[in-house]
Amino acid sequence: MSQTATLPIAFDDDAPPALRVRGYWSTVGYRLRHDPVTLCFGAIVLLIVLIAIFAPLLAPFDPYKESVILRLKPFGYRGHPLGTDELGRDLLSRLIYGGRSSLLMGLIPVCIATALGGTLGVIGGFAGRRVNAVIMRTMDVFYAFPSVLLAVAISGAMGGGMANGMAALALVFIPAMCRVAETATAQVRSLDFIEAARATGAGTFTIVRYHVLGNVLGPVFIYASSLVSVSILLASGLSFLGLGVKPPTPDWGLMLSTLRQSIYIVPLSCALPGAAIFVTSICFNLVSDGIRAAMDVRL
Amino acid sequence: MSALVEVNDLTVRFVTREATVHAVNGVSFSVRPGEVLCILGESGSGKSVTLRALMRLLPPRRAQIDGAIRIDGQDVLALDKRGLRDLRGGLVSMIFQEPMTALDPVYTIGTQIAETVMRHKRCSRSDARARALELLDLVKIPEAERRLGNYPHELSGGLRQRAMIAMALSCGPRLLLADEPTTALDATVQIQVLILLRRLQRELGMGTIFVTHDLGVASEIADRIAVMYAGRIVEEGPVADVLRAPLHPYTQGLLASTVHGQSRDGDIAAIPGSPPDLRRLPPGCAFTPRCVKAQSECRAAVPEPRWPSPNRMARCVRIADAALAAAE
Amino acid sequence: MSDVAADTRDIGGPAQPLLIARDLAKHFHVRGAGRSARVRAVDGVSFTLFKGETLGIVGESGCGKSTLARLLLHLLERDAGELIFDGEPVGAPRGITVAALRRHVQMVFQDSYSSLNPRMPVQDSVAFGPFVHGRNKPDARRVARDMLVKVGLNPDLFGPRYPHELSGGQKQRVNIARALAIEPRMVILDEAVSALDKSVEAQVLNLLRALKQQFNLTYLFISHDLNVVRYVSDRVLVMYLGCVVELGPSEDIFIRPLHPYTRALLGSRPSMDPANRIEEPPITGDPPSPIDPPGGCRFHTRCPFAEAVCEQRSPALGAWLERESHVAACHMLDRGSGHSRAAQ
Repeated sequence: MSQTATLPIAFDDDAPPALRVRGYWSTVGYRLRHDPVTLCFGAIVLLIVLIAIFAPLLAPFDPYKESVILRLKPFGYRGHPLGTDELGRDLLSRLIYGGRSSLLMGLIPVCIATALGGTLGVIGGFAGRRVNAVIMRTMDVFYAFPSVLLAVAISGAMGGGMANGMAALALVFIPAMCRVAETATAQVRSLDFIEAARATGAGTFTIVRYHVLGNVLGPVFIYASSLVSVSILLASGLSFLGLGVKPPTPDWGLMLSTLRQSIYIVPLSCALPGAAIFVTSICFNLVSDGIRAAMDVRL
Repeated sequence: MSALVEVNDLTVRFVTREATVHAVNGVSFSVRPGEVLCILGESGSGKSVTLRALMRLLPPRRAQIDGAIRIDGQDVLALDKRGLRDLRGGLVSMIFQEPMTALDPVYTIGTQIAETVMRHKRCSRSDARARALELLDLVKIPEAERRLGNYPHELSGGLRQRAMIAMALSCGPRLLLADEPTTALDATVQIQVLILLRRLQRELGMGTIFVTHDLGVASEIADRIAVMYAGRIVEEGPVADVLRAPLHPYTQGLLASTVHGQSRDGDIAAIPGSPPDLRRLPPGCAFTPRCVKAQSECRAAVPEPRWPSPNRMARCVRIADAALAAAE
Repeated sequence: MSDVAADTRDIGGPAQPLLIARDLAKHFHVRGAGRSARVRAVDGVSFTLFKGETLGIVGESGCGKSTLARLLLHLLERDAGELIFDGEPVGAPRGITVAALRRHVQMVFQDSYSSLNPRMPVQDSVAFGPFVHGRNKPDARRVARDMLVKVGLNPDLFGPRYPHELSGGQKQRVNIARALAIEPRMVILDEAVSALDKSVEAQVLNLLRALKQQFNLTYLFISHDLNVVRYVSDRVLVMYLGCVVELGPSEDIFIRPLHPYTRALLGSRPSMDPANRIEEPPITGDPPSPIDPPGGCRFHTRCPFAEAVCEQRSPALGAWLERESHVAACHMLDRGSGHSRAAQ
């Protein structure tokens, strides 16, 4: 009779692989920790966020307190480190508080778009051809409009204000996010291990949850982080046009708009909100670049 | 007759930030004109790296090459850019495993072959096209005239491989390098391409170095065979001798574990363990952890080549060297 | 584990074939530039698979063996034909559902970079199957670790590893563990050892043999390597362009091949003897594309014995139901076909 082989077969090659056990996300973390440029700009972003959060403790004056006599004063006048604006309010305090609305209007639309657009994209990438066509062609309709115009149109139609501005921006970003998620899902869908999971008897929802999401979150996260800087710019633009935050709420875009007329009187003060928008946006942009480089792990 | 190819103590290291990979560790061999040498090894043995080093196709910054390579008397490692371009395609040609990626998809094969011919022979385009037609006939592609105008994706796998062979032979090289050209082909196509290569090699008198992992392929095409393991040649000799009476335990293990007519009732005699990590080679013989005949001196130092007869070599301390034995 | 479990799941009894495939067909529509063509990937394939045996399926590229494997697991919907598992028709109202089929039949894929989820530790990949079939997470993980031990991988060392940290042979053992974790009765091995080095291939073949005995499995072994198929299989099925050309006991096929294509395949194997090299290829040309295949017998364009009748009519396979039957689809074997060599 045939010789029975006994299990387990001795394979003798179980010397542990030389590499330390390191998952994908910890590799990403390791690379980020050793990237000085990204860490530096990440620190600046963190600083901006902390300043916005602790605004009540840091602002020297009440940002809403107007003063008729102290309008458009230069730097350092009577204890106002950055002068005052056209209604006599302390500029530094308004800048500090302005960070709040700018950051909120920058981050929340991206979060909403990631959640909604990402979900739609994963559904579109995994479902059949017809569902995919319906979703993606609908997104294409929105995608055809330039983002600024679309944001202005939607926000204007909804009447302006911070909430409407954020909704408008979210609607602008959903198609792009959907497309990124759909592409990533379609790529993963054709890989062998998905077929193996189907062969095990797993339903679509289980496969998506355990196998697809982990592989799709990477590209989605990278794209979302790059959207934040765009979102901050667009949000400031909306406020500049009067379609975002309503006065007297401090907001960098709004401040740019109202200080614009005073440019010949206190030119430096007018540049400050613009500088704040620029610095914040660029720092987010560079951090997202760093994240993208760190996540590009060739396994 | 002087050797067409002489390789002495070739060492290739790939240096990255994380580690250094010792891909080739002191390889020496020679090939006579018109002879077929088959380099046999599994993945990670260094066979493909050795082949690419002969034409200096390795990435220049990451790969450190030491040792001596002479082809037709020329020192390959000392050639400048111009000399290398003349060497590649002119004196030495290479055919690859995957013809779909080795051929340019946006040009017809007629154009690609003609371009190679024009580059090396400096003749007119019409002459080059005539030569391309000749070559397609030489590799037995049916309807050659029509195929000149085909793109690579319009040809089947076997025809693409023949087109690549035609391109490699276009300038009459004296040395042909083949990197597993039949591995990706079906069995019936593989034997046709092997027979074709054998016939062409004999007719054109080319020296050939053929890299493969398949013992069957080696038996069909080689005059001599060199078995590589962990970047070293561990056995070398005429193909019939090596296959009939292998000296090195690795070659013996390979032969025993190749599925060929074993009885269905028993296990295959497999080599235990797996190949070593080329980043951390052990100090002695690299095969020791998997060798059933290992002794304590195997771990001490890398075994020197032993020559039990003038054309057989094995790197194993158990093999008696004829010269040493005669001296004693 | 082996005998008791086999008894309770065995409905049809030892004489009932585990799987009967009858006239399976699967066509794909390819939209080329302008014109639309039909890829007849599997075109009328029939065979039986008996309990406890290994059936080898050989063929070259384009023969449809991988498509056939996916049809058997219902990863692709069949266009025609029927599938009977242990006496019950698959997908029919009174028969066995696809979900139940997947509890009994599993597949081991060819080792590629994507056969395991790169973002999942290996033990989670293996535990996924039991988890899907109702076990809770700790239980599933315990089953996974047991299975890793059975395939010779230390679960403490290898469980938390990611696929890119493993060698080809180790990854393939993980694939086998994944397939066996839900205790199937039948395993389809689709080119499971083809991408491995020869020395590793030998180890994995030994492992498969041991696992088959211990878990009382039935194997369907798909490969293009004839020598491996001969060693592994009890019976062999030869495919060409979506059709079965020969079916029979393994030794019979290798010693007395009936079909010209089988003879050509066997003659294409390297001789392993440098003194007796193959001088003439047994067959010329490339395997044709399965898009719009030749009419009549698919092989007639390359067959040295082709005649007019071969172009007009497809030959029938003959009696394929019995375990001992050795049949081939060739007009030369059919006395009434009109082929000049058929009068034997």
